[in-house]
Amino acid sequence: MNWITNYVRPRINSIFSRREMPENLWSKCDSCGTMLFHRELSDALNVCTNCGHHMGISPRDRFTALFDNGVFTEVPVPKPIEDPLKFRDQKRYPDRLRAAQKQAAEDEAMLVAEGEIGRTPIVAAAQDFGFMGGSMGMYVGNAIIAGCERAVATKRPFILFSAAGGARMQEGILSLMQMPRTTVAVQMLREANLPYIVVLTHPTTGGVTASYAMLGDVQIAEPNALICFAGPRVIEQTIRETLPEGFQRAEYLLDHGMLDRVTPRGQLRDELISITRMLMGLAPPVAGDLPKPAPPAVEAPTPETETPKAPSET
Amino acid sequence: MMNYLDFEKPLAEIEGKAEELRALARRNEEMDVEAEAAALDQKAAEMLRELYRNLTPWRKCQVARHPDRPHCRDYIEALFTEYTPLAGDRNFADDHAVMGGLARFHDQPVMVIGHEKGHDTKTRIERNFGMARPEGYRKAVRLMEIADRFGLPVITLVDTPGAYPGKGAEERGQSEAIARSTEKCLQIGVPLISVIIGEGGSGGAVAFATADRLAMLEHSIYSVISPEGCASILWKDAEKMREAAEALRLTAQDLMKLGVCDLVVAEPLGGAQRDREAAIHDVGKAIASMLAPLKEASRADLIAARRRKYLDLGSKGLAA
Repeated sequence: MNWITNYVRPRINSIFSRREMPENLWSKCDSCGTMLFHRELSDALNVCTNCGHHMGISPRDRFTALFDNGVFTEVPVPKPIEDPLKFRDQKRYPDRLRAAQKQAAEDEAMLVAEGEIGRTPIVAAAQDFGFMGGSMGMYVGNAIIAGCERAVATKRPFILFSAAGGARMQEGILSLMQMPRTTVAVQMLREANLPYIVVLTHPTTGGVTASYAMLGDVQIAEPNALICFAGPRVIEQTIRETLPEGFQRAEYLLDHGMLDRVTPRGQLRDELISITRMLMGLAPPVAGDLPKPAPPAVEAPTPETETPKAPSET
Repeated sequence: MMNYLDFEKPLAEIEGKAEELRALARRNEEMDVEAEAAALDQKAAEMLRELYRNLTPWRKCQVARHPDRPHCRDYIEALFTEYTPLAGDRNFADDHAVMGGLARFHDQPVMVIGHEKGHDTKTRIERNFGMARPEGYRKAVRLMEIADRFGLPVITLVDTPGAYPGKGAEERGQSEAIARSTEKCLQIGVPLISVIIGEGGSGGAVAFATADRLAMLEHSIYSVISPEGCASILWKDAEKMREAAEALRLTAQDLMKLGVCDLVVAEPLGGAQRDREAAIHDVGKAIASMLAPLKEASRADLIAARRRKYLDLGSKGLAA
């Protein structure tokens, strides 16, 4: 018996305890429930490898995957005054903000960056649904304005990834005023004849959809993304009838003429490169990865409109 | 028959009593009740002044939604001549929640556009309670384009609980329609004056209220979300609308401090519903005063100044 209790049992126990993986290495697909290994999941840009369900992705991860070699420079965003209304519900607004900053490890709900995709210089902005529901407050407004101004100054296309529950209630009317403010920013791009491409991701609703997210020259959505003005629950409460299957999802909007395309996340980068290059009148993109030290022969035929990299101060 | 709000109940009692006395006197000629009735009138007037001196934000919401307030149609009838309604978005339908057309304001041709809520059950249903569908915003865009081409100032009257949250509205692109309307407001090279006459409900209001000058009636509101909606999301209890109304800073007075509103138009004592003619008249004066300085401005200056106004908005918070 001693041999069993002293040797075999600890061995067996150790095998089982070793199998207990740290939880954060695995995540469960929101849709099909498949357990996905973290590395596999991040390689697939948070798209379930089993069912193709698109889960949320942070702006930083998205940009790392989007920009050539994951290199991008953040475009500085002017900080608005904090808590303009001295808003307080069950918690103080600054406390909610602080908690969100800690959890997301970002300052606010939007990240703006410049860099190259497929050697095409662009400015991009991505909204962070993980940060207070991606809600549009003064900071998000400032970010979009800063991004558009940067795009105009450097003559680059502007690509925006939207994800938001709507306007940030805690900033009251000033959040609502981001609708006209961001619209002004989009007009700056239009007047400078620069492409404005919107990629609508899950979910994009409310005042965000009713302003900058619906004003793109080209409107692309990720599969199954919820895109609407009034959410399905609000509508069901108002009209008291059940809504059709897939209502307000990307494919439904495509069917109703509200979008140009629905594109899986894995194909977005190539598609964005292709669209921006055509709209900017640039030569076709070079397929595949370029050799690290780029041979001058590839660079030569590209027209001058390709503006030189202008890395800005962060 | 007057409609009283819940906080006006004590007032309703006194006014009802005075009315009863007078009715009694009319039937019975020997009775002299005038002295008594006058005393009641005075008491009622004092109470009214007291009630309206410091309306809480929630009470202001109630007054802003008062069914007897003058609505868009009343303002157009009284303040404009030769009103010629223009209908339809040329795509799908004519939205009766939005009315608009050519008219003369002090003889000057203008384009007037506004939300109309309706005044009884039948018209309220016809007008969809002032909740516009995409067709309404697209009609407004069309009207603003005409105004822009022919150099007519645009005057918008805002009174909506919000854009209509319905299946068809969503399918036809409610958000895109609102976005395009706001965009059009920022593009036109003619003066754009807006007055919030009751409720300025979220995106549905922004689509018309993005203007060179925005006036608000004293007891009107303009908000990102209804107090009830905000309460049910942040307090998880729709009954906390009083707290939400307070926190949202949706009154004309607060919006003036925030720089969103340019002019507060005083209402008759007890709200616009108690003296509709006076309220309408004062709105007319406000429109004229806001329009006058813009008449000489060039297209480019108007557009640039309007954009600057919105880009700068909110930079100072409540200290603006």
